[in-house]
Amino acid sequence: MITPQKLPDATVTPAQLEPGHSLWGDAWRRLRQNRLAVAGSALLLVLGLLCAFGPLFSQSYQEQNLELGAVPPSAAHWLGTDTLGRDLFTRILYGGRISIMVGLVATFVALAIGVVYGAVAGFFGGKIDALMMRIVDIMYALPFTIFVILLMVFFGRNIVLLFVAIGAVEWLTMARIVRGQILSIKQMEFIEAARALGFGRRRIIFRHMLPNILGPIIVYTTLTIPAVMLLEAFLSFLGLGVQPPMSSWGVLIKDGAEKMEEFWWLLVFPGTVFSLTLFSLNFLGDGLRDALDVRTAQD
Amino acid sequence: MPDPILELNDIRTHFPVHEGFLFKRQTGTVRAVDGVTLKVQTGEVLGLVGESGCGKSTLARTIMQLLPVTSGSVILEGKNLTAGTTAEIRAVRRDLQMVFQDPFASLNPRLTVFAALAEPLLVHRMCPRAEITTRVAQLMTLVGLAPRDMRKYPHEFSGGQRQRIAIARALALNPKVIIADEPVSALDVSIQAQILNLLSQLTRQMHLSLVFIAHDLSVVKHISDRVAVMYLGKIVELGAAVEVIERPRHPYTRALVSAIPTPNPDIERTRQRLVLAGDPPSPLNPPAGCAFHPRCPHAQERCRAAVPPLTVLGDREVACIRAGEL
Repeated sequence: MITPQKLPDATVTPAQLEPGHSLWGDAWRRLRQNRLAVAGSALLLVLGLLCAFGPLFSQSYQEQNLELGAVPPSAAHWLGTDTLGRDLFTRILYGGRISIMVGLVATFVALAIGVVYGAVAGFFGGKIDALMMRIVDIMYALPFTIFVILLMVFFGRNIVLLFVAIGAVEWLTMARIVRGQILSIKQMEFIEAARALGFGRRRIIFRHMLPNILGPIIVYTTLTIPAVMLLEAFLSFLGLGVQPPMSSWGVLIKDGAEKMEEFWWLLVFPGTVFSLTLFSLNFLGDGLRDALDVRTAQD
Repeated sequence: MPDPILELNDIRTHFPVHEGFLFKRQTGTVRAVDGVTLKVQTGEVLGLVGESGCGKSTLARTIMQLLPVTSGSVILEGKNLTAGTTAEIRAVRRDLQMVFQDPFASLNPRLTVFAALAEPLLVHRMCPRAEITTRVAQLMTLVGLAPRDMRKYPHEFSGGQRQRIAIARALALNPKVIIADEPVSALDVSIQAQILNLLSQLTRQMHLSLVFIAHDLSVVKHISDRVAVMYLGKIVELGAAVEVIERPRHPYTRALVSAIPTPNPDIERTRQRLVLAGDPPSPLNPPAGCAFHPRCPHAQERCRAAVPPLTVLGDREVACIRAGEL
């Protein structure tokens, strides 16, 4: 038996410690070298700040000016106005708030459910895993549009419900990804080592397994946000999403598409902003995937 | 003889083999460990040898309760590990630790050395929080690492250093028994001796018992007091290390010993080597009687009849009915 007395003398002061290089630090360095990812993040940051604070300094998104009507871009209205005389630039910023919020909240819902569900299925395996994944398969098979229409019919139109509906669909893929990763990492010796040290299941899952599969989770999350924003746009386009006078990018694009023969700016500007956001998110996601990939981590 | 610290009674670890899609049927059983009985004394180093696939690692994981035992019992200091509840096993786990084969896979890449060594101390409340840093530094010094590197990550260390970290982690809980599953086979030959010396020195210093698993007899001879030779899930010869390796009695041990290369090339060129024909049989479908008989140069008709039990023969135990006459 070792008693502390039998251990050799050793004391260290923090100043003597040599700093380590974490895998996260290395990934961060690689990400910064990826120009597209950096440009994407910068654009997202600018758009996010504009949407968050821009509307504070401009007119209200629902302020109408019926006499003005739809005017093309000018000095007074940078991106023109819509048929009710509302400033398009302001409406894009307000719409961005909704779209970005839907993107973030629904992705967070998907992330929370998907990661826990997938981790549990993968960790326990066997019959539990088979049952849980068959449930996922069944949910996959439900037609999404009908699912949302049913929700809307039962619970009424509600923006929170929109988050829930989208989140409830998007978590399926996350659960599958996490399950697969957990299955492969379960066989690693350091997980056996953690069990041999007598650590509990929760500690093993959340401290030893999940941090090692964060790479794929982060990447999939950045790719889920644009997918969710597209879904919201799609639902709004069908008239199931955000209702007027509120707007989202999906609503603006839908309105613009109806009037594009007379008022081109109503489609072009919201469409451009939306596309740029999606591009940025995808570039950032790709950049993160490359930066976190263990195979490229050797250099 | 004093009471053994670790006792294995007729351990069997079998894996069912399933076939078919959706409606799976059990079509067979892999008998990875098939009736192992062993006693390990306090402070003893027991070498466990055998070729790949003979069940050494499965036995190690069964002792560690990482794999469920099919039958038999693992008794540590009189406490039966195989019958305990999860909480009881977790408490006893402290006394039984393991060093894994591959130091590149057995350390969590996201944890610094400090985090990896502090975690078991904290989980098992081995020492007050304020003393954690000192304890980690002591553990690192004990295994020959510089405490100033405690903030580094596993990938910043060499293979030998990583194995030292793994050994320090196993020692963190003041275990009484350490199971080392081929701890040097993934390392460079130049590093192997260092790690072997470290293990051997720590065992004496801490009065630990060590079950040392290897497929290399020369490594085992260097470190062990006693040696157990495994073939197809069973122990075929057990005795003092020097005796077993210099005067093997079981035909399988003889073949293993004859495979050790000699450093002198003149002797190596001329010496007679026993080369076994064929591969080890599948543990899914072991041969009847003595599992070694299809490859044994001395096999007779009666070897097929019954499984030879491990019986005392002079200074050791051998599982061969012809061991006395050969």
